Amino acid sequence: MAKADMLGASLWDAYSNKVTTLMNNPQHQGEIFEADAESRGHKLIVADFGAESCGDAVRLYWEIDPSNDKIINSKFKSFGCGTAIASSDVMTELCIGKTVQEAVKITNIDVEMALRDTPDVPAVPPQKMHCSVMAYDVIKKAAGLYMGVDAESFETEIIVCECARVSLGTLREVIRLNDLKTVEQITDYTKAGGFCKSCIKPGGHEAREWYLVDILADTRKEMDEEKMKLAADAGAGGKFEEMTLVQQIKAVDAIVDENVRQFLIMDGGDMEVIDIKKGDDYIDIYIRYLGACNGCSSSSTGTLYAIEATLKEKLSSKIRVLPI
Amino acid sequence: MQVYLDNNATTMVDPTVVEAMLPYFSEIYGNPNSLHKFGTASHPALRNAINKVYTAIGASDNDDIVFTSCATESNNWVLQSVWIDHIVNGEKNHIVTTEVEHPSVLATCRFLEEQGVKVTYLPVNSEGVVEAHTVKSFITEKTALVSIMWASNETGMVFPIKEIGEICKAKGVLFHTDGVQAVGKIPVNLSEVHVDFMSMSAHKFHGPKGIGALYIKNSQALSPLMHGGAHMGGRRSGTLNVPYIVGMGQAIELATMNMPETMAKIRAKRDRLEDALLELSDTFVVGNRENRTPNTILISIKGVEGEGMLWDLNNGQIGASTGSACASEDLEANTVMLAIGADNELAHTGIRLSLSRFTTDAEVDYTISHFKNAVGRLRNISSSFAIQKPTKGGEVQECELHHH
Repeated sequence: MAKADMLGASLWDAYSNKVTTLMNNPQHQGEIFEADAESRGHKLIVADFGAESCGDAVRLYWEIDPSNDKIINSKFKSFGCGTAIASSDVMTELCIGKTVQEAVKITNIDVEMALRDTPDVPAVPPQKMHCSVMAYDVIKKAAGLYMGVDAESFETEIIVCECARVSLGTLREVIRLNDLKTVEQITDYTKAGGFCKSCIKPGGHEAREWYLVDILADTRKEMDEEKMKLAADAGAGGKFEEMTLVQQIKAVDAIVDENVRQFLIMDGGDMEVIDIKKGDDYIDIYIRYLGACNGCSSSSTGTLYAIEATLKEKLSSKIRVLPI
Repeated sequence: MQVYLDNNATTMVDPTVVEAMLPYFSEIYGNPNSLHKFGTASHPALRNAINKVYTAIGASDNDDIVFTSCATESNNWVLQSVWIDHIVNGEKNHIVTTEVEHPSVLATCRFLEEQGVKVTYLPVNSEGVVEAHTVKSFITEKTALVSIMWASNETGMVFPIKEIGEICKAKGVLFHTDGVQAVGKIPVNLSEVHVDFMSMSAHKFHGPKGIGALYIKNSQALSPLMHGGAHMGGRRSGTLNVPYIVGMGQAIELATMNMPETMAKIRAKRDRLEDALLELSDTFVVGNRENRTPNTILISIKGVEGEGMLWDLNNGQIGASTGSACASEDLEANTVMLAIGADNELAHTGIRLSLSRFTTDAEVDYTISHFKNAVGRLRNISSSFAIQKPTKGGEVQECELHHH
C-alpha cells in the first residue's frame, strides 16, 4: 500500500491497447464444425475449460492435420470479461501453425506477453492474470484429447482449489514462473483461493489435503535452496572472480542468506548488498546495514569481520566487505 | 448520448443543491460553534436543513438526527457502540444481521466477531428478501442488536422493516436499519415504524458525497464513535460540515417532496426498460416489481459475463454496475447474488441498472437499443451459445462454488 494504491478501480485503464482492441474485435472468435474439418481430411478437437457458473469459460477448437500433427486452424468461444476474450484470441493465434506437441508448451506467460504493447509493461493488472492461465489450461486439455492422454499428464493430478480447478502442478509452476511471494498473488494469477477460500489455509469451512500457504512456503523454500546451491556450486568451483556482476550479487546473497542473515534478523537487523567492484587485488563488496544493525557498534567490528570471513571462505579470498 | 444508470452507487448532485451550498464556502464560513456573528451566521441555514431532514423521514422532536461523514460511518458507529455499550460493558453477546448487508455492516460485523461477538448472518429468500419470521427465530435473550437494511443496493428489494421493528420492540432488542437505499426512493416514515437507529447518505439522493446522518430514536444512549469537541450535542465531534449539511437538507427535501408522483415517473421508465430487456431470451430480473425500489433492475443475461457486458455498455457511454466476480478486486462472486441462491450463474451474469429522477425517456430508448446490441455481440462470442459440442472427454463438470 502506498500513494499509488489510494485510488482503486482503474482496472480497465491498466489494460494494454491490444487487450482493448481484441476485446472489441476478436480475430479468431467463432466455431469450426466436425463435418467441415473431416471433409478437409482433418481432425477436430474441441475442449472446454471453466464454466459459466465459475465466472469464465473458454471453448478451444483445433483443426489438426493428422499427417503431421499441425494445427491448421484454431477458433475460440468465450464466456468472460475483456481480458478472457483477448487472452483466448491471442491463444488461438499462438496455436495456429504449431504442432500439437509445440502448442502444449505455450504458457500463460506467452499469452500475456503476446498481449503486451511494449515488452516491459504488463498487458493486464495482476488480478486479471488468471484469464491467461485459463488459456494455458485449455491448450493442455485439447492436447491431451488429441494425443489420447490425460490432460493431467502434462501436470500433476492433484487439484488444490476445487472452485477454480487449479492443480498443484499449475500452482507450483505459476509460483516459480512469476516469482510469486504471497497467497494474494497466487489468487490473482490462478484464481485459486478466490472463491470459498478453503484451500488457503486450514480452518476454512472445508478441510483440504493441500493448502496454498504450505505450497507457497514449500515452493519458495525449493527455489531458495536451488538458488543457494547454484551460487554455492559456482563459489565452490572457485569461479567467483569470473562470474558476472549479477551472478556475484546472487552468490553473495545466497551465502549471506545461508550463514549470516538469520543472526542479524534475530537482533532486529538485516543487510543488503549495494554493489560489487572488482579490482586487481581485491573484490570490494559494498553493503548497507538495515534495522537495528544500522548504527550498532559491532556492525563495524565483530559482525563485519564475521560477514567478511564467511564470504572469503565460501567465495573468494580476495573479498573485502565495506559497509556504507 | 451518454447515460448514467448507476444511481444506486451514487447520484448527480442536483444543481439547485449546489446552489444552496455555495454561500457556505466563502461567504458564510464561520464555525457554527463560535459565539461571534461569523459563527452564528450559519445557524438559520443549519436549522433549516435539520428541519428538512426531520420532516423528510418523519422523525419526532424527541429523536436525534446526527450528521456524519457518510453512511459507512453511521453503520460503524451503531455496531461498534452497541458492542461497547451492551456487550463489552453489558450482558449481551449477539448481533443479528443478514448476508446481503452493505460491506460497512458486514465488515464491521466480521471485525466484531474477531473481538468475540457472536453474529448471525440471516439468509434471504429467492426474492432476495429476509423474512420477518426468520429474524424472530434467531433473536435470543443475548441479542444486543438487529441490523437489517431497509432496501438492497443490489436488487432494490424492500425488506419488511415494519414487521421486523415490531418484533424487535416486543423482544426488547435494539433495531438498526441501513436506510441508504430507501431514503429518497420509497416513503420512509419513522413515526409509523419502530426503528432505534437509521443510517442514511446524501449522495444517494442527489446530495453531495461526504455527508450522511444517523437517526437515533428518543435521543437514546449510544457512545460516540468520534470523540472531540462535543459537537452535535456531544454525539459526534468534528466541526460541522456546514455547506454539506445545507446541501443534504436541500437534497432530502427535493427527493421526498411529491414522492408518489416522482416515483411513479421513474418507475414507468424503469418498467419500460425492464420489459424491453426481458424481451431478450434467457434473461430474468431478481425480485417482483411491487416490492422493489422503483429505480432498480438487476437482470441476469445467460451467456454474457457481467464485466464483459459493462465493457460494451461503457463503449456505448452507458454507466451500469455488475456483481461479477471478474470485475471485483478480490475475485469474490457477488455475495448478494450468491445469497439469493437461485443460480450460481447469476453471480457472473448480473447487470444492475439504477435510474434517477433525471433519467429521460430518450436515455431509456438509447439504452434499450445499445443493451440489446451488446448482448447480441457478446452472445455471438460466448461459449454458452456455441453449437459444436466438445470432443468426448473435453467437457467440463459444473463449477461448484463453495459458498454457504
